[in-house]
Amino acid sequence: MAMTEALPPVRPDRARQKPSALRRLVADYGQEIIVAAAILALFVIVTAVNPRFISANNLTSIFSGNAYIAVAAIGMSMVIITGNIDVSVGALIGVLATISGTLAVAGYPIWVAWFFPVLVGIAVNALIGVLVAYARIPSIVVTLGALSIMRGGLITVTGGNWISGLPPEYLIAQQRLFGLPVPLIAMIVLTILAALWMRYSAFGRSLYALGGNHEAAIATGIPAERRIVAVFMINGFFAGLATILFATQLQVIQSTVPPNLELTIITAAVIGGVSILGGSGTVIGSTLAAILFATIGSALIFINVSAYWLRAVIGLLILATVLADMLRRRRRA
Amino acid sequence: MTLKSLLRHETFLAILLVIVLIVLSFQSDKFFTVSNLLNQGRLMTETGLIAIAMTFIIATGGIDLSVGSILGLTAILTGVFWQNVGLPLPLAAAAAIAVGTFAGYVNGLIITRFRVPPLIATLATLALYRGLAEGISQARSVRGYPEWFYVLGQGEVLGVPTQLWILLVAAVSASIILAYTRWGRTTYAIGSNEVAARFSGLSVEGTKLALYTASGFAAALAAVIFVSRVSTTRSDMGTGIELDAITAVVLGGTSIFGGRGTIVGTIIGLCLIQALKNGLSLAGVKGDGTIMLIGAVLILAILASNLFERSGTR
Repeated sequence: MAMTEALPPVRPDRARQKPSALRRLVADYGQEIIVAAAILALFVIVTAVNPRFISANNLTSIFSGNAYIAVAAIGMSMVIITGNIDVSVGALIGVLATISGTLAVAGYPIWVAWFFPVLVGIAVNALIGVLVAYARIPSIVVTLGALSIMRGGLITVTGGNWISGLPPEYLIAQQRLFGLPVPLIAMIVLTILAALWMRYSAFGRSLYALGGNHEAAIATGIPAERRIVAVFMINGFFAGLATILFATQLQVIQSTVPPNLELTIITAAVIGGVSILGGSGTVIGSTLAAILFATIGSALIFINVSAYWLRAVIGLLILATVLADMLRRRRRA
Repeated sequence: MTLKSLLRHETFLAILLVIVLIVLSFQSDKFFTVSNLLNQGRLMTETGLIAIAMTFIIATGGIDLSVGSILGLTAILTGVFWQNVGLPLPLAAAAAIAVGTFAGYVNGLIITRFRVPPLIATLATLALYRGLAEGISQARSVRGYPEWFYVLGQGEVLGVPTQLWILLVAAVSASIILAYTRWGRTTYAIGSNEVAARFSGLSVEGTKLALYTASGFAAALAAVIFVSRVSTTRSDMGTGIELDAITAVVLGGTSIFGGRGTIVGTIIGLCLIQALKNGLSLAGVKGDGTIMLIGAVLILAILASNLFERSGTR
């Protein structure tokens, strides 16, 4: 709760009302609180069944294994807040990981291998943004096409081969800073910075405005086209950062990403409270949702549920969260 | 939206298809043969059935991402009902299709009763239904179906692949329903302006519920055809088929925002995608290279049609 108290309410439409502090917290961060409560409940229940669940090792794997999903979901949240969507991010992360690994193995400086893909991610998404904003092709169509192009291109180029022989200092996701895993630190720092930026910067507010009421936003002088291109470029930036965490977590880089990665990232954003209709939501929620997914996965292993049922349970929980959110909104309305 | 501008996209697409067919038949003499074309139709049926239902859903401004998972679940259940429960195969397949249809009905309920946006509702059930398929199958596949069952997916009727007849019947009846019945008009009305449709006394919720149920049925039917075609069931069947179907629908000129779209367009879109896949693989391009091209075609086709439309209306 400390984290949410440090940040004032985010939703613009709620900001003017002044009910009690607790009421406001629940109204503004309702979905974030539901997700946080779900994580907490899981921890209590599973630890009661199997105390090893809160061992340092397992906590590390829960919080850092899915960190790249949380980071990618930050950019995705911003895209969705403007009323757009990006279904190509999973394929993009696969392409960028391969570029990154190839550079690392070819002997380029480590920082080039890390950050050149970030630039590529920004460039690819700039193109997507231009097609959405200026050519006026719906974002789902553009990114569906981009998904095919990048997924097909990746397998054509790599032939399905894995990249191995990565230099040890390249594998930053395996390293620790101040005793904490780097992915965990990256996830927390990026989430807080992005949350503050979305809340306080004129840019962040304009994204909510565009998603909330596009015509009204344009009428107030927000340059809609430029903002859409920019938000996609930011999405590419976060996809690039997510790639660094994803590509450096193992000794090899596979030419495929986990199946339906883009859907996992979108789901994290949505479960975290970002309205798919645009105009509301926070990046704190999406990070909490990514942690929730990792917690569920780990919890099932610790209470001995067959791994084959993992997705069914996650699906059921997603559905329950969505329905709870809808009921909460309806009661408020 | 006038009839003229509706026709424009499909005409444009049909010309593109003809050009592609001509180019591809020059590339390889194996392409423009009756047996090859019929075989391509066989491969197109599962996506086609799903895309036809998807055309209606996208025309209402909705989307159904769970179809691939419903396909996987139905396929697994067909095997389980037959082998583990011991039902006769026709009954097992019918029961599995019933479950798949029910899965679509559940989507519809979540969307209409709880007012969850279709993208989120079907994103959640995508995970749920695929998870159920994985949990029920425990990674075991069911094989060894009786010989007669393969007629559906591998056999022929009057020299044409069996499932192509099914696709034909589905396409023709769907075209008639969408273009000429009150149901079809309601579909467009919801997509153009849902509030206005409701105030006009149209059954918005009922129509949506029926459409998502129909989408579940289409995916379930595709599943049984799929199982018959590849002679086995696996829980990962149909993964990603939702994107193929959506690509065909959008390529076919259905507006992703709803209110516009035709079955003819979807079918041409399907044929174009399948022709490209096949022609390129005959020309020696690896399967994944064709996926790239389909992505590019999708973007360029919509871009071109956007440009034409703008110059036409102004």
